[in-house]
Amino acid sequence: MWRFDPDSFRASQVRPGVIVVAVALLAYPLIATNFFIFQIGAYSLLLGTVALSLMMLAGYGGMVSLAQLTVAGFGGYMMAIFGTNSVDVHGFGWPWWVLIPSVILASATLSALIGAISVRTEGIYTIMITLAIAVAFFYFTRQNYAAFNGFTGFAGVEPPQVFGVNWRAPVPFYYLALAIAAFFYFAVLYGSRTTYGLALQAVRDNSRRMNSLGYDVTAIRVFAYFLSGLIAGTAGIMLVWFNGRISPGSISVSVAIDILVIAVVGGLRHPIGPFIGALAFVLLENFAIDLIDRERFNTVIGLVFLFIIFFSPDGILGLWERIRPHLMRKPNVARSDGARK
Amino acid sequence: MNKTLNRADALSLLQSSGQYALELEAISRHFGALVALADINLSVKAGERHAVLGSNGAGKTTLFNAITGDFAPTTGRVRLFGEDVTDLPAYERIRRGLRRTYQISLLFENLSVLDNLYLACRGVSRNRFALRRPRRDDALMASAETLAAAVHLETVRDTPVGELSHGQQRQLEIGLALSGAPRLILFDEPAAGLSPGERAELVDILNSIPSHIAYILIEHDMDVALRVAERVTMMHNGRVFKQGTPDEIENDAQVQELYLGDHHG
Ligand SMILES: Nc1ncnc2c1ncn2[C@@H]1O[C@H](COP(=O)(O)OP(=O)(O)OP(=O)(O)O)[C@@H](O)[C@H]1O
Ligand SMILES: [Mg+2]
Repeated sequence: MWRFDPDSFRASQVRPGVIVVAVALLAYPLIATNFFIFQIGAYSLLLGTVALSLMMLAGYGGMVSLAQLTVAGFGGYMMAIFGTNSVDVHGFGWPWWVLIPSVILASATLSALIGAISVRTEGIYTIMITLAIAVAFFYFTRQNYAAFNGFTGFAGVEPPQVFGVNWRAPVPFYYLALAIAAFFYFAVLYGSRTTYGLALQAVRDNSRRMNSLGYDVTAIRVFAYFLSGLIAGTAGIMLVWFNGRISPGSISVSVAIDILVIAVVGGLRHPIGPFIGALAFVLLENFAIDLIDRERFNTVIGLVFLFIIFFSPDGILGLWERIRPHLMRKPNVARSDGARK
Repeated sequence: MNKTLNRADALSLLQSSGQYALELEAISRHFGALVALADINLSVKAGERHAVLGSNGAGKTTLFNAITGDFAPTTGRVRLFGEDVTDLPAYERIRRGLRRTYQISLLFENLSVLDNLYLACRGVSRNRFALRRPRRDDALMASAETLAAAVHLETVRDTPVGELSHGQQRQLEIGLALSGAPRLILFDEPAAGLSPGERAELVDILNSIPSHIAYILIEHDMDVALRVAERVTMMHNGRVFKQGTPDEIENDAQVQELYLGDHHG
């Protein structure tokens, strides 16, 4: 459970499993084809990062927001408008070192704004209100040509040539996505045991008590939206570079729900969950199509979703935690694990 | 404001802020058609130990909620240490030195005793938004340990609160209320459901509270209430029925009739 021992993180950090995964992720481009590096590897990391921003809000803050993709999409649009694009609408061409921090900050600010609107609601109402915001932003971008170029959106949005590297090439892009994913993964993991992280989880469990201990519950929640907006906005920049383009279709409700599915299927209890969910989703999206036709894809996703939620409310992560003791049948280990709960 | 107030600061603040810890002016609270509180006037002096008696549904907990801001009163004014706080949210009142316990324990069950107390100490200090982990030598961690000892929980300080006994959870409720530099504490039936042994321990803890801290104690057990209180307010049907010293209340014929009559109901 969520404990507050300053040493616990350091101890768990150097488990052999972590090293194996790290080495595998770093060595992956050496053995994989470009398709697997870019379309599977990098894309999973990016979707996982967006879902991580939701996991942080929902898992630690108890706030399930459907507007995370809206924040990411906003970041993407800002890149196209204030950076460069190929459709001759806006494209102010700000230098990357001004553009990128500004866009991340603007996304986080938008996220905080969304938070300020929705934090007074709870549970299903938070989902409803953030869904309404997501839908409103979708239609707004579709109808607004002055700023968002309407239905067409923007194309030709590319990463800058920094250090002479073509960051859109599969291998550099993969490593960039990996670095960003790893950074936010460890930031969230570390953050969960900071003073603020503890307060956020305490608000989730018992907001009334937190209020009567002197905490401004609303401020704590809005700040969580701000932080998650930093993650979602950064992922949004990467996504627009990944696709090269952004249009209302990129931020439609069905994609927003995909993000929710990824986070929930992966597991909301640990920041690794969203990445597991994203990988499963991307693999299904790419290969289920070989088995069934495109139209049925959503049915497959839906069934997988139902299956996992039915057998494990904590997602794939929870499934794994349940299976693991059976795989490692060392009686002593199993017993001490069970006792610790 | 600098971290937590120490005791000398608290005392000087107390003197500068006038004589009363709490003044209630014509407080009422309606739940739809139900009048849970009607025209309550009550003042508690700085450092005073006050007991509130009254049968089930008399409005005692509702009165506490109005004082803390958990639920705002329908009409009336609340003044804390001379300042009108009627329009302030609960957390602002807490930061001004008000604390409370809940009739039904409201604790973080997944967290250890120490972590609960640490949260309470942090809530009335700075850096609530710190994106750093508390260090081993964090001053508030030390305060949390002191508090654990003050409410006799040092032996279970690392135990998750969900695994504590009912009595220990009640003690922790009091520990949370003692965090920082409280000036007025509201205890909502801290003795409810305790064994005689635990009750004695509770009276010990209450008696060890520094004398500059005022408190209001809701207590069904008249013996306990009359033993620790300097003044007593008797509530009935959302109104103040009688007020006086423990002696006056104990020997009041009307109170005896009402209290004994209701006690079996
Ligand atoms: N949130 C609420 N909604 C509706 N009615 C309420 C609410 N809270 C309290 N009441 C009603 O207000 C009246 C006073 O309740 P309150 O809890 O203050 O009594 P009490 O004196 O604390 O009683 P007890 O000794 O049982 O704790 C009761 O009739 C109760 O039903
Ligand atoms: Mg009550």
